[in-house]
Amino acid sequence: MEISSIWYFLSGLTLLSALMVVFARNPIHSVLYLVFTFFCISGHYVLLNAQFLMAVNIIVYAGAIMVLFLFVIMMLDLKRNQPESKSSLTKLAGSVVAGSLLVILIALVRQNNLPAPSEGTFVAKTGMVENLGQLLYTEYLLPFELISVLFFVAMVGAVMLGKREAGERNF
Amino acid sequence: MNLLTDIFLAKAAFIGAVFAITLGIAAYSTYFERKIAAFMQDRIGPDRAGPFGILQPLADAVKMFMKEDFIPANSNKWLFIAGPCLSMLTALMTSAVVPFGDTVTVGGVTFDLQGIDVNIGILWVFGIVSLGVYGILIGGWASNNKYSLLGAIRAASQNISYELAMGMAIIAILLFTGSLSTKAIVEGQQNGHWNIFYQPLGFLIFIICAFAECNRTPFDLPECETELIGGYHTEYSSMKLGFYLFAEYINMFISGAVMATLYFGGYDYPGIDFVTAQFGSTVAGFVGMGALIGKALIFVFIFMWVRWTLPRFRYDQLMGLGWSGLIPLSMYNVVVTAFGILIGKPFTAGIVGFLLLIGGMVVYDQLFVKKKIA
Amino acid sequence: MKLSNRTKVMEQGEMTLAERMYLPAIVGGMATTLKHFFSKPVTIRYPEQQRYLGPIFRGHHILKKDSEGAERCTACGLCAVACPAEAISMVAEERKPGEEKLYREEKYAKVYEINMLRCIFCGLCEEACPKEAIFLRHDQMVPVFSSRDEVIYGKDKLVEHMDQRYLRDGWK
Repeated sequence: MEISSIWYFLSGLTLLSALMVVFARNPIHSVLYLVFTFFCISGHYVLLNAQFLMAVNIIVYAGAIMVLFLFVIMMLDLKRNQPESKSSLTKLAGSVVAGSLLVILIALVRQNNLPAPSEGTFVAKTGMVENLGQLLYTEYLLPFELISVLFFVAMVGAVMLGKREAGERNF
Repeated sequence: MNLLTDIFLAKAAFIGAVFAITLGIAAYSTYFERKIAAFMQDRIGPDRAGPFGILQPLADAVKMFMKEDFIPANSNKWLFIAGPCLSMLTALMTSAVVPFGDTVTVGGVTFDLQGIDVNIGILWVFGIVSLGVYGILIGGWASNNKYSLLGAIRAASQNISYELAMGMAIIAILLFTGSLSTKAIVEGQQNGHWNIFYQPLGFLIFIICAFAECNRTPFDLPECETELIGGYHTEYSSMKLGFYLFAEYINMFISGAVMATLYFGGYDYPGIDFVTAQFGSTVAGFVGMGALIGKALIFVFIFMWVRWTLPRFRYDQLMGLGWSGLIPLSMYNVVVTAFGILIGKPFTAGIVGFLLLIGGMVVYDQLFVKKKIA
Repeated sequence: MKLSNRTKVMEQGEMTLAERMYLPAIVGGMATTLKHFFSKPVTIRYPEQQRYLGPIFRGHHILKKDSEGAERCTACGLCAVACPAEAISMVAEERKPGEEKLYREEKYAKVYEINMLRCIFCGLCEEACPKEAIFLRHDQMVPVFSSRDEVIYGKDKLVEHMDQRYLRDGWK
């Protein structure tokens, strides 16, 4: 089988499941379609020979974040027919925001002609762990460290929020 | 092209064999679970089906298939069916990257005794383990039963909590090996340089997390009978329930194999050089496969031994152990390991770090903790 | 309130280090189970192996004969009166001449029935019998029955056979 046909198949599947995330009536179904979308994106990473990103995508997004999403939605027990409660103003605002984002994205892609990888300069091992680590700790060191600081702040905030008040018993 | 086909066929045969071995061991784990439980309680255990009851798994399977397959009226039908299937799928997928042995040559074809040797092997294991909770979560929610939902939610929070400590314990191993490939991890431990000697604390953390990830006692709160009837599989019956139970035993065996790979030298065994010299590398490879399976089975025994010894934790104790016990410990372990590698003496650093930990805890205990009045 | 001077005041302080680490207690528990793993099972595989239940176990009823093979029962009815579950019923009959070999006394039980669904195996019939005719044997139980037709035991099932006499341990 051609590699491009796999790509087309995966892309179609990704788009389809991403659309299903939006159109599914049941929030649980939405989350499950989102998980499936992440798997499709991981498939794309494999096609790009970036296995490390594939694994991290599955571990972090599908394995942890989506489980928490599912967890919260199950806990809240959202009813199926609640979208009716939203006013038409909310719907209008939502479509305006999403539409302008789409316009911006399209404009961006049209302006920056992304260079196609040429046969000569293409390195198949860019996505491997070693190269990724090299890049992160040399070229992108500052953003990387800034992101760790951001995570640290978020962690401290979460601990503060989750901390037991004096005299309160949770169990 | 012919060689490629041969390798492909050999791989297919090997994967089929691993599949069959895993399923067979899982089936017989149910029998040995009951036998071991019986022995530990001074009983005999199942002994009616066949000599010593060895046909018991067969009888159990027939029973499971014959029972009424029941789907609750208000459940979400497709997700209800998908739950046990996902559990089974994720349980079986992990074994793909476990290196069962060194290279062997059969009929002129040389191939690895490993499903796939990807350079992210250990991350693959980790990823699949983190997906394992979906089966429980979906099944528990789709049952449309409050107890099932509670079990599913417990499973989710428990798995996420213990994944963190597990990942940290693995990071210490990766510092040693410098590779994510399971094959490289095993090759780094050949000739008795098993990671358990360098990482006793890491192994302790890992095995505790493995218990939690497999939902085994003392961490089997998702199926806690005294509080939640049956937990996430309350509404399940027939072979769908069988799949859930079976997935647990597969997980046990696979996590035993992973622990052997990470900490006990994988397919390494004492006297491997002698066997290689006497009988050739192919025989040595197959003996190594046996050694790995033997190690995994020892871990399965330990799983069962613990199950029939310990009562289960209370839920806040479980969370406390995971978040404020194991995660700081595993961070400490990573720091000590990194320091040991930095000064070039990992073994000494590991021992000193362990002793420092114990000493620090004793000092803290003497200084700050109010003593019991005896 | 003090009933005795043996009350102890217990105060639970913080757990000690060993207790908080769980591990010593876990290892201790696992050693205990491992010890039991190698100890002998106490199970008796019932249908194949049977335990000796003692010389005074109250099992299957038996109507004894004397040493010549004559039935001891005279159908006095005391056992039926004593029976708290009213399980015993009988029909008396006068002994005909020539039946001395069969029945010891002048009166005998033509029909002697015990309803095993009612019987509670209390042994009061044995206590009440003045002729030492009915006993509850210690070595045999009433078998399981699956239909109501099998429940009422007549003389055919109760009377002792001379070729396999019942002997209780104390009698020897």
